[in-house]
Amino acid sequence: MSILDGIRDFFQPVIDLQSQFVSAFGETLFLAGSGLVVGGFLGLVIGTALYVTRAGGIAPNAVASFVLNVLVNFFRPIPFILLAVALQPFSRAIGVDGIGTGHAVVAIIFGSAFGIGRIVEQNLVSVDPGVLEAARAMGASRWQVVRTVLLPEALGPLILGFTFAMVAIVDMTAVVGTIGAGGLGQLALTEGYRQYQSVVTWTAVVIVILIVQAGQFAGNALARKVLRR
Amino acid sequence: MAIIELENVSVTFPPRNRRGEPVHAVQDVSLSVKAGEIVGIVGYSGAGKSTLLRVVNALERATDGRVVVDGVDITRLRERDLNEVRRNIGMIFQQFNLFTSRTVYGNIAYPLEVAGKSKQEQRERVSELLRFVGLFDKALAYPEQLSGGQKQRVGIARALAAGPSILLADEATSALDPETTVEVLNLLKRVNTELGVTVLVITHEMEVVKTIADRIVVMEEGGIVESGSAFEIFSAPRHAATQRFVRTIVDDVPQEHELEQLRRRHPGRLITVSFRDDAATQSQVFTEIVRAGLEFELVYGGLEDVRGRSFGHLTLELRGETAAVDAVVTRLGELVPVRDLGTGEGAAR
Repeated sequence: MSILDGIRDFFQPVIDLQSQFVSAFGETLFLAGSGLVVGGFLGLVIGTALYVTRAGGIAPNAVASFVLNVLVNFFRPIPFILLAVALQPFSRAIGVDGIGTGHAVVAIIFGSAFGIGRIVEQNLVSVDPGVLEAARAMGASRWQVVRTVLLPEALGPLILGFTFAMVAIVDMTAVVGTIGAGGLGQLALTEGYRQYQSVVTWTAVVIVILIVQAGQFAGNALARKVLRR
Repeated sequence: MAIIELENVSVTFPPRNRRGEPVHAVQDVSLSVKAGEIVGIVGYSGAGKSTLLRVVNALERATDGRVVVDGVDITRLRERDLNEVRRNIGMIFQQFNLFTSRTVYGNIAYPLEVAGKSKQEQRERVSELLRFVGLFDKALAYPEQLSGGQKQRVGIARALAAGPSILLADEATSALDPETTVEVLNLLKRVNTELGVTVLVITHEMEVVKTIADRIVVMEEGGIVESGSAFEIFSAPRHAATQRFVRTIVDDVPQEHELEQLRRRHPGRLITVSFRDDAATQSQVFTEIVRAGLEFELVYGGLEDVRGRSFGHLTLELRGETAAVDAVVTRLGELVPVRDLGTGEGAAR
């Protein structure tokens, strides 16, 4: 028996699951992508709202600021696996199944929105207030200041913040494997962990690492382009 | 006609915490600025000048009094209506506050975008301004690629983009070296003379107001303590704060430690005579001294030129008979302001 045969034998379980790996890869990208896009958008809205309503902000509003902070502080510390389970009634209420991909998407969007919200707020705080004052002095409305100055000025750090969040979201996609969301996490659990096929688990792990690396690389490159350094 | 009219304006900030005192940043200030003037507001940090400047474009709201800009009472104007008013008031800053995400072109175009001008209009206006400030070749550069002076010139171009009739300068040269300061001040002067823009400058540097201000206002602890033409302020400062400021660039009477050194080298009677171009001339003074048969030497001081008018303080050492010296000092006192610094022994200040 040649070495090549040995290697093929070692990877046989992975080769047998080839088509499942392909679809799991697609599911993971879909879950992570929906978290990053929809959760990211909601996070941007939440973070911007947190920033503009704070005392001394562009549109200070003590009540809105307090409510937003309580909301974010309520949801953000919940361990994601518990959040995913606890949100089942919510998913059902909005007409999505309590298990499976649909519910997983809801949970990931929920989890990422609040996390990203805080990241966005932190990045916006780093924008020089003098620049915002200059825009206001030029007759820009509050909304114009946010849209045409605040967000563009923070774009570089925001991209890095979203890249950071992307890793956490890929983590979430694996967690929802436990509630039947599909994806590489579920494949590793059902075909790797439970079948004592470490090679399947590790193949899934390597693919996840590659996804994260690619995302990080793209984020860094984009941020460098925007920041010009 | 007054383009900016402040009537008994006060700005009070609420206390920082429950037990704190409210901060009275500006207290009962009345100021009228004529169209086409360059007015310099001078004060140490914390004097309230920055807040006062921001009252003019309502970035700070007056808690008391009335603010009228270009005939419009903006004191109680709603935020939405203020944006219209602000487009008529340009502002530049100590730290320039350029948008780092935009090129020089994008920075200057910003006020035009906000005002909803077409791309074509933006292009024409920005080109015009780039030429005016001499940065046509830097249109596509980003702020971090510019020197401090260039950044401020972009700031000025941006402030002028919407064609304002008023320009507010908030310590606009304080972050620049002396040479660049002169360059920026010359540009501000051109903005005033060529474009007819009224300029309100706040600064702690007397050199700045000496170079460009027609009129100077001195602030201390939130109020105006003295105001007058640049020449009046520099040649005859009345308030202690003004005198301190003027002394930073004009040598008038030698200070205590300087006097000691002077006395060591000049044992005769020291007097400081002050000249203004509208009073007695130097030749009259020197003629008197020579006629009395006294020897004299110029030991301290100098002549200054403010907006084309000169004044100065010269400290002289007079040597001769005590009685003759006394007589001359009395006689000079009738011609010009004289400060008798006495001699080393028995200094009669």
